[in-house]
Amino acid sequence: MKQLITLSVFCLAVLSAGAQKIKVPYEQFTLPNGLNVILHQDKTIPRISVNVWYFVGSGNEKPGRTGFAHLFEHILFEGSKNVPEGKFDEWLEAAGANNNGSTTEDRTNYYEDLPSNALDLALFLESDRMGFLLASLTDSTVDGQRDVVKNERRQSYENRPYGKANLELPALLYPANHPYSWPVIGSMSDLTAASRQDVADFFTQYYTPGNASLCIAGDIDLAQARKAIEKWFSDVPAGKPVVPPSPVTAVLKEEKRVVMEDKVQLPRLQMIWLSPANFHPGSAEMDLLSSILGGGKNSRLYKRLVYDLQIAQNVSCFQNSSKFSGEFYIAVTARPGIGLSQLEKVVQEEIDRIKNENPSDRELTRVVNQSESRFLTQIERSGGFSGKANQLNEYFFYTGNPDYFNEDLQRFKSVDPADISAAARKYLRSDARIVMSIVPEGKKDLAATKN
Amino acid sequence: MKKLLISLLFLGVITSVHAQSPDRSGPPALGQVKNLELPAPVRFTLSNGLKVVLMEKHNVPMVQVNLLIQTGNYDDPVGKEGLASFAMDALDEGAGSYTALQLADEIEFLGAQIGSGSRPFSSEVNCTAPVSRLQQALSLMSTIVLKPTFDAKEIERLKKLRLNGLLQSYDEPNAIAQRAFNQLMFTDASPYGRFANDRSIRSYAREDLMAFHKTHFISGNSTLVIAGDVTKQTIQPLLEKYFAAYPKGNAPAKNRPVPAQIKGRQIYIIDKPGAAQSVISIGRLGPARNDPAYYAVNVLNTILGGSFTSRLNSNLREQHGYAYGASSSFSFWNMPSPFVASSSVQTDVTGPALGEFFVEFNKIRQPIPADELTRGKNYNALGYARLFETNSDLAGTLSAQILFQLPDGYYNGYVGKVLAVTGDEVKAAANQFIVPDNLLVVIVGDRAKIEAGIRQLNLGTISLLSIEDVLGKKPVL
Repeated sequence: MKQLITLSVFCLAVLSAGAQKIKVPYEQFTLPNGLNVILHQDKTIPRISVNVWYFVGSGNEKPGRTGFAHLFEHILFEGSKNVPEGKFDEWLEAAGANNNGSTTEDRTNYYEDLPSNALDLALFLESDRMGFLLASLTDSTVDGQRDVVKNERRQSYENRPYGKANLELPALLYPANHPYSWPVIGSMSDLTAASRQDVADFFTQYYTPGNASLCIAGDIDLAQARKAIEKWFSDVPAGKPVVPPSPVTAVLKEEKRVVMEDKVQLPRLQMIWLSPANFHPGSAEMDLLSSILGGGKNSRLYKRLVYDLQIAQNVSCFQNSSKFSGEFYIAVTARPGIGLSQLEKVVQEEIDRIKNENPSDRELTRVVNQSESRFLTQIERSGGFSGKANQLNEYFFYTGNPDYFNEDLQRFKSVDPADISAAARKYLRSDARIVMSIVPEGKKDLAATKN
Repeated sequence: MKKLLISLLFLGVITSVHAQSPDRSGPPALGQVKNLELPAPVRFTLSNGLKVVLMEKHNVPMVQVNLLIQTGNYDDPVGKEGLASFAMDALDEGAGSYTALQLADEIEFLGAQIGSGSRPFSSEVNCTAPVSRLQQALSLMSTIVLKPTFDAKEIERLKKLRLNGLLQSYDEPNAIAQRAFNQLMFTDASPYGRFANDRSIRSYAREDLMAFHKTHFISGNSTLVIAGDVTKQTIQPLLEKYFAAYPKGNAPAKNRPVPAQIKGRQIYIIDKPGAAQSVISIGRLGPARNDPAYYAVNVLNTILGGSFTSRLNSNLREQHGYAYGASSSFSFWNMPSPFVASSSVQTDVTGPALGEFFVEFNKIRQPIPADELTRGKNYNALGYARLFETNSDLAGTLSAQILFQLPDGYYNGYVGKVLAVTGDEVKAAANQFIVPDNLLVVIVGDRAKIEAGIRQLNLGTISLLSIEDVLGKKPVL
């Protein structure tokens, strides 16, 4: 408890002075085989989160094997040399643990959240699959997870209203050779084609300690945790260095208009632009701009379209940024009888307004203060996909500094109103975007047409 | 700061420790489990009789203040289905001297969040705020709680949002399945089988909202639930200041009839042409929250469908690849309440997938192997501490304690009670609550492609429904 009380007193002291600092103290070291390790102690509850990032995602996939990084993530739960199939989850659950994994364009992450007495179990399992996955791999393992992943694709995209449009988007936004030009979930035919040999090649090339980071946050003794990590990961062989992708920055050179039909009652307009890569200059401005346009009742688009004019059912606006590029989304669902051209006209008016006229100080402060509270809420939790263990790994991967919390917050606090309008002018161009109309079957006349 | 500076010295340093080679012949032995011991919550009562319960937590300078009201969706008057949800939603659409937009602006400016909504048997106004701005946040929260305007124009606007939301649910297979399950389980003769619909939404008037507020926002029906970086000494004066005007009085009477069990085995196919998957929901009434079998039922559900290695998930996902996942849950109301097993399965294997649910329902009634029983108990008991990590987690468990009338110390005793569950108790619970001949089966999918496969199973009489049979005639907007 000592450390945390110190932390909270520190926060309180500076909060009242109006200049809050968030610190998440950590230890960091590298094992001889190249594994980066980050440790953070938090004794709020007697649990720990073991979080591993591999710096490989769908962006590393080769042609004809889209969706493979994610399929591989599934295979990582199916056992390794000293862990028979099924035992990974059984042993963890028998210890009171939860675990999961996820894949993006840039990386694949895994976590085990477990009682503090079970650290060795998580380290045994993570080190065994990092070092010795292939010994137990069979064709049937690959086949089984292939079916599961195909059903994940059906559940998350095909059987979900408006879901299929997201599968088309990457190819519209990025040139064919760009690592973000296909969806993380992949195509059904590529998933069918994936073989056991692909798994072996991918493992050897990317799942090496030098291409990973292990973070443990929670109720740990720092010295003991370090010893346990050294013990379990010492025999994991170092692999060959991984050459990360180095794509040319993607640039959209035109406006592309796409009309798709789906089984939906209400048509939806989606406008998407390329925006800065995450933590790059302009990225914080675009995050804040997304809140100014679409976050809350007073946001520009919600207020006009949903609150005042009542021609839209909902508005969603956000930036999704990754290592090599960002994507800025505006999605507006129409009320019955409203064509998407009518929505687009209003959206465009609001984009033009923020380009020409800085937001007010209060408008900006409002969204910055909301961001600040989100930082505080986030550091309440150690585990899961959004707790401190994962965030320390994420900051390490993207910025080189695990405790980037305060710097990250400062990125938002240092933006001024003119920066927002400048970012809107720079990135929300009318001649470089995707305008997607998702309309009910047989209702193409509702699509947004170029005015 | 000292800790951090020291830690920075480790940056980039390669360790040269020669560690011992690990023994990988089996999973490592685990040390002694450290149990979470929660302190007793602090309780006090404001001068107007409004009860307060507080759990201190000082690691992050944030605080959660929830007003818990013991009235929920199933307390709606006949013909006004959805009113509790609607009234709670309308609460912050203007209050005191603030308009809806002014309120949202003030709250967001503080970096606070104030939300409100309803659940089956309760409603809440939730406020999350940095402690440095708690006073201003409480001032706004109390204005919303005590002086909602319920402006007629805002009500009309919200009604249109609701009607369009209802229209959108015709696209959502999970929403259709859930609603169908409850309507068929309880029928419209029961409050648990009635839901907001085109007619009820259109009928909401300002008077309905005023009456809801006046009847249910009463000290005897409410509790302030607080968790976070405050003490009784710091927060009590603020609560007195902002909530002293909260109306005093006894909780209103509520009509919460004990529901009747489903009769026989009933199968319904709801046609959703072109669906890539079929959403399956299967269930019947299970036990009440205060049933002595509660702990055994939790273990039972963990083994059947409440964990990743559960039988349903292992069967449908890992063994057959029919689905991304399959699960089950017990709802635990203060009366017998639904048990539901569910999955989204690939359309062309809907019949076989449905058959596997029944295989597992039959199997779970047999004795459970010892290692599986231990795993189910441990997963449930040893994972329990995760429910108490954040302010929001703590406020949620304090609210549950109130709604289910659990004594102080209850949570500290939970782990021991689950670990004491025996195989016989789990088997008895399975035989009492998982009854394959007495189940409601709802499938939302592409009837043309799934009906034959379902009929082959010979489960019983199959009824065919349309989405409009479930949700009513599509709203015309």
